[in-house]
Amino acid sequence: MSDLLTPTFLTALIAGGILAGIPLLFASLGETIAEQSGILNVGLEGMMLTGAFCGFLGALATGNAWVGLTVGAISGLLVSLVMVVFCVRLGLDQIVVGISIILCAEGLTSLLHGAFFGQSYPRLDAIDVFAIPVLSQIPVLGGSLFSQPAPVYMALIVVGLVGWIFRRTTAGLDLRAAGERPDSLDAAGVSVVRVRTVAEMACGAFAGIGGAYMSIVGAGTFVPFLTGGMGFIAIVIAMMGRGHPWGAVLGALLFGMSLSIATALQLVGISIPVDVVQMLPFVSVMVVLVVFAREARLPAALGLPYVRGSR
Amino acid sequence: MRVMADAPAPAPATLSSTAGTPVPAVELIDITKVFPGVIANDHISLSVLPGEVLCLLGENGAGKSTLMSILSGLYRPDEGRIRVDGSDVRIDSPRRGRDLGIGMVHQHLSLIPTLTVLENLMLGSNKGIILDEKTARTRIADLASTLGITVDADARAGSLALGQQQHVEIIKALWKGSKVLILDEPTSMLTPQGIAELQKVLVELKTSGLAIIFITHKLHEAIAIGDRVTILKQGRVVGTIGPEILRSSTPQQLQRRIVATMFGEEADEVADVAELREDLEGHRVRRTMSETPLLELVGVSAPGHHGQYGVSDVSLAVRGGEILGIAGVDGNGQRALAEVIAGQRRPSAGDIRLAAASIVKLTVSSRQRLGLRYVTDDRLGEGVVRPFAVGMNLVLKRIGDKPFWRRGTIDRVAINATARELIAQFDIRTPSSETRIGKLSGGNIQKALLARELSFQPRVVVFSKPTHGLDVRTIAMVRERIRELAGRGVATVVISTDLDELIDLSDRVAVLFEGKIAGIVDNGPGAETRIGELIVGAQAA
Amino acid sequence: MTAPATTQTAVLAEPTAPGRLASIADSLIRSIGPIILAFLACGLILLVLGRDPIAFYEDIVTAGLLRPSGLQDSITRMAPILLIGVGLIVVFRATLWNLGSEGQYLLAAAMVAGLGPIVLDTVPAPLGWVVLMLVAMAVGAGWTLIPALLKAIYGMNEIITTLMMTFIGVGLANLFVKGPFKGTSMVPQTAVIPKGMMLLDLPVTRVHVGVIIALVVVVIVHLALTRTSFGTRLDVLGANPRAAVHLGINVPRLIVLAFVISGALIGLAAAVDILGIFGYMRADWNPAYGLKVIPLVFLARLNALALIPFAAFFSVVSIGGEYAARQAGLPSDFLLLVVGLILIFMVATQYFSDKRARGERIVPRRRKASA
Repeated sequence: MSDLLTPTFLTALIAGGILAGIPLLFASLGETIAEQSGILNVGLEGMMLTGAFCGFLGALATGNAWVGLTVGAISGLLVSLVMVVFCVRLGLDQIVVGISIILCAEGLTSLLHGAFFGQSYPRLDAIDVFAIPVLSQIPVLGGSLFSQPAPVYMALIVVGLVGWIFRRTTAGLDLRAAGERPDSLDAAGVSVVRVRTVAEMACGAFAGIGGAYMSIVGAGTFVPFLTGGMGFIAIVIAMMGRGHPWGAVLGALLFGMSLSIATALQLVGISIPVDVVQMLPFVSVMVVLVVFAREARLPAALGLPYVRGSR
Repeated sequence: MRVMADAPAPAPATLSSTAGTPVPAVELIDITKVFPGVIANDHISLSVLPGEVLCLLGENGAGKSTLMSILSGLYRPDEGRIRVDGSDVRIDSPRRGRDLGIGMVHQHLSLIPTLTVLENLMLGSNKGIILDEKTARTRIADLASTLGITVDADARAGSLALGQQQHVEIIKALWKGSKVLILDEPTSMLTPQGIAELQKVLVELKTSGLAIIFITHKLHEAIAIGDRVTILKQGRVVGTIGPEILRSSTPQQLQRRIVATMFGEEADEVADVAELREDLEGHRVRRTMSETPLLELVGVSAPGHHGQYGVSDVSLAVRGGEILGIAGVDGNGQRALAEVIAGQRRPSAGDIRLAAASIVKLTVSSRQRLGLRYVTDDRLGEGVVRPFAVGMNLVLKRIGDKPFWRRGTIDRVAINATARELIAQFDIRTPSSETRIGKLSGGNIQKALLARELSFQPRVVVFSKPTHGLDVRTIAMVRERIRELAGRGVATVVISTDLDELIDLSDRVAVLFEGKIAGIVDNGPGAETRIGELIVGAQAA
Repeated sequence: MTAPATTQTAVLAEPTAPGRLASIADSLIRSIGPIILAFLACGLILLVLGRDPIAFYEDIVTAGLLRPSGLQDSITRMAPILLIGVGLIVVFRATLWNLGSEGQYLLAAAMVAGLGPIVLDTVPAPLGWVVLMLVAMAVGAGWTLIPALLKAIYGMNEIITTLMMTFIGVGLANLFVKGPFKGTSMVPQTAVIPKGMMLLDLPVTRVHVGVIIALVVVVIVHLALTRTSFGTRLDVLGANPRAAVHLGINVPRLIVLAFVISGALIGLAAAVDILGIFGYMRADWNPAYGLKVIPLVFLARLNALALIPFAAFFSVVSIGGEYAARQAGLPSDFLLLVVGLILIFMVATQYFSDKRARGERIVPRRRKASA
C-alpha cells in the first residue's frame, strides 16, 4: 500500500485527473449555466461529441489547437440552437429533444468520420505544456498542477468568471431567476426566452470546447463515440455542484482522477482490467449519488418550458 | 343588464385638458382581449385619477386580472387604446409598463424565494451589467420609510412572513417611481388587522399623488377602500359608482345596488354569499352534533415541505355534524394539516382517530374507504388528472375497486353510468362524461372533485380552500353542500384563508399559526376580531 | 396552475379518443410525416457526401425487405426490438425514463450466453429456454433496481442513474464474458450453445420462435396497460404524479414495479436474441439498441400494438441499412442519425399539429415583438 503514495503515482494521478477532468469541467460548467436558467440539457453528450469531431477537424486542417478549440465551441453552440429553437422557443419536451440530439450527433459524427477518413485515424501533434515558473518546481505537486497545457489555466479563469457573473451581474441574477420563477422574471420585464437562449448557447459552446479538448488535447485524434458518456457524467457533476461553478471544478477533478487512476496504478506496477477502468467513473458517480441522494438541489422550474400566462 | 346609469363613457381624447378637469393617470379605452373560446375583456373602458383609489370589483373570471395584465404589459390587447397621462402608449412588455410608471402587485406573490430581498428588487430593474447594490439599498431604505415599514434587504425572500413579502412586493411595484399602483386581490391572504394596515399604507400613497387600482371580489372591501368602484361582469363594465354616491349612501344601500348590478335577476340567489355582504354575520343554523368526536387529532406533528410550516403538536376534535374552520395566513401549516389527516403525509408524532379508532397507520385509500375524504385546494395540481375523461376522474379514488374494475379489468360502462349520475347530481357542466376534465372551467372541476369525495358515504370531510377562485354561484352552491353535509352528521373541517368564509360557515374556528393551534374560537359576535388577533400570532387568552 | 410533471411529453396519456378513424388517420400523418422528413434530410447529407441517396435507399429496401434472406433477418430482428420497445412503453407511460436498456440487455445477454451451454446441457431444451429466459428477466429487472429505488425513495432523476447503470452494465457484462463465462477458445467469448439446442425456427424459414414470443408479449402488455387497474395507475402517475399521491396510489411501489417489469422485458429481449440467433457472446459485442428504440416508442404513441409496424419498419432499415452502408463505404451508424432525426421531426410535427388542432396560428403573432 505504501507504494501507492509515491510521487510518481500522485503526479500521474493528479496530472491525469486534470487532463481527463478539464472536458468534464467545461461541459459541467455549461450544464450548470443551462440548469440555472431552467433547461435540463440531456443532449450535452451530443454537443460534446460534435465539438470533439469539429474541433478535431479544425485542428487537423490548421495545425493549431486553439483554432480547433474555437471550432469546437462554435459547433457546440450550433447544436445548442436545436435546443433553443425546439425547447426554449417552442416549449417542446427537453428530454426528448435532448435524446434526439445525442442520437443525431452520434450518427452524424460517425458517418462523417467514416466518409472523410474511412478506417484511418490521423493524429494531431501534442499541445505544448505551459509550466508556470517557480510553482511548477514545487516537489510532487508542482510538476502535475502547474505544468499543464494552456487551456487548463484558461478553464480555471473561465470558472472564476462564470462564478462572478452568477453573483455580481444583472445577467447572472436574471439567469437564476429564470430557473426558479420564470413568471416572476417575465413580470419583472426580462425576457425569459432571451435569458434561456443565451444560457443554452453558452452551454453548447462550453460543451463544444470540452469535447474539442478531449479530441485535440486528450486523445490527439477522433474516433466515433469518443466522448463515451462524459456528457452524462458532466450532467451529474452539474447536479451535485448545486449551481456553484467551483462545485463543477471539484466534481470534474474527482471524476477525472477516477478516470486516470488506472494509468497511475500501472505506473506503480498494478494493472487492472480495462473494463474495470472504464466502469470506474460511472461506479463512482453512482456511489456519490447513492450517498448524497438527498443533497442534489435543482432549480424549481428545471425542465419546464415557459409559456406566458400558463399559471 | 346595465342597471347603473353612470357607466363611464369613454372620455373623448383631450390632450390639452382644460384646467379643473385633471388628466387621468391612466386611461383604458375600449380594451378587448379574446382567448381561445372566451372573451376575457369586451370593450372595457375605465380611467383612474392621481390621488384616487379605483376599486375594480367583480367575481372570479370577470376579467379583472386579464385587464390588469394588459395594463402592466403582460398581455397585449386585441383592440383598444391605453393612455398614460393623456397620451397614447403601447405597453408591449412588462418592462415598458414599468418604465411608464405602472407598478403591479400580483395576486400570487411573485418574489423568488431563493433570492434575497435585495436581489428580488434588483431583478429587472438593475441598469448596467454589474449589480449596483449600493443604490438599491438606498432605494429600499427610502421606500420603506415612505411606507412606514422595515425591511431586511439581505433576508432570503422565502424566509419572510407573508405580510413582509407583501410589503416587499409593494416596494417592488413602486421601485421605478410608479404613478399607478395596481393591487390584484391583495387582501385575500391578510387578516382584518393586516387589511387595516394596508389601508393606512394606501392612504399614504394616495396623498402622495399615486393613482391606485385595487382589484377585489369582496364587496365590503370595495366599499371601504375605493373612492370609486367599477364593476366588471363577464368581461364588461356593468356599472360604476362615483365618489358622491359612495359617500352619501349607507353600506346596505350600496350592497343592494351593487349586487343588483352584478347579478340582475339572479341577485336573490347569491345575496347570501359572504363576499357580497357588507355585514359578515353568518346565518348559522343549529345542527345536532354527535356526543363524541368523529375525528380526533392528538398531539400530531408532521414536517413541512418547501419551506412551509409543518404542524407541531396539533390536537383537534370534530364532532359529527360540526363544521370546524381552520384559519390562518397561507403557509402556516394548512397543507401539512390537511395532508396528514388524509394520509398523504406521514406524521412524526401523535395519533389520528376516526370514530375512536386509530387510523394513523392506514394508507390514503384505506382512509378513503372508511369515509375520510379530502377535497384539495390544488385542483389541477393534484386533484384531477387533466388528460383523463371526466368520468374516469370521478372514480380515480377507487382504481381497481368493484364495480368499476371486475377481475382486474376495467368496466367502462359501469364507470360512465356512475359518472352520469354524479354529473347530474352535482350539476357538473360538461359535454359528456368522456370529455377531458382539463377542458372544464375551474368551477366545474371543483364540482367534479366534490362529486368524487362526497359520494360513497363520507363520514369526515376535510375541505381545503373550497371556494377559492370560484364564481359566486358556485361559491354559494359549494357552501350549501358543506352545510348540507354537516346537516347529515358528517364531521367537516374547512381550511380557508378567507376569514369571511369561515365566519359564514363554521361552528368553531381553530387558528393555525406557525404550525401550531394558536387558539380555538367559538363563532359568534366578536369572533372575527379575536381570530384576526390569533392569526398574526397573538397569544391565546 | 402548477406545471405538469417535468418530463410530461405531449404524446403521453390519451386514453379516450373519439372519432377513431379520424384519429387513426391523424396519427398516421403524425407518424409517417417525420419518417419521410428524416429520410429526406438524410438523403441530403448523403448527397453532400457524394453518395447516391436513391441507390442507398434502394439498397435498404432490397437487402432488408425484398431479398428472402433479408426479409427473414428483418423479421427476426423484430423480436428484440418489440420486447425492448414494450419494456420502454411500460415505464414511459408513467413518465419514467429508463434510458438504461443497453446495460440491462447486455448483462442479461451475458448471463444467458454464459449459463446457456451449462443449463441446456443438464435439462431438456424447452425447460432450459424457460429457465434462461427467467434468468435474463431477473437480471434485466435487477439492473433497474438501484435507479428505481433512488427514484422511488429520494425522487432522484432516473435519466442520469439509468444511464450510469448502463455504462456499468456494459463493463460488467464484458468482465463476465472474459472471466467466469469464458469458453475454451482463445478469443474472449463464451462457450457456444449447440445449434440443436437453440430456439426452434418457424417451419420453412430461419425465423426463430422468439418472434412469436415477442408478439404474444406485446399483446399481453397492451392488454395490461389498457384494461387493468395497473395500467390506469401507470397512466395517472405519468400524467400527474402529485395526483397519484393524492389518489392514494402507492407511488414508490408503482415506480419500482414499472422499472422491474421494464427491465424484465428488456432482459427477455436479450434471452431471445442469444437463444434464437447468436448462441454465444463475444467480449465487447453490443448491438446497441439502446436509445435507438426510443423514437419508435414515441412514434407508436406509447401504444404497444402500434409498436409492431414501427418495429417492422425499424428492422428493415437496420438490416437493409447495414448492407447499404457497406455498399456506400460508410459506417452503419447511419441508422442513429435516421432515428434521431425521426424523433426531432416527430416532436416538431406534434407541436404544429397540436397547435392547428387548437385553432392557433402556426407562426405566433405576438412572439416577434416580445422576443
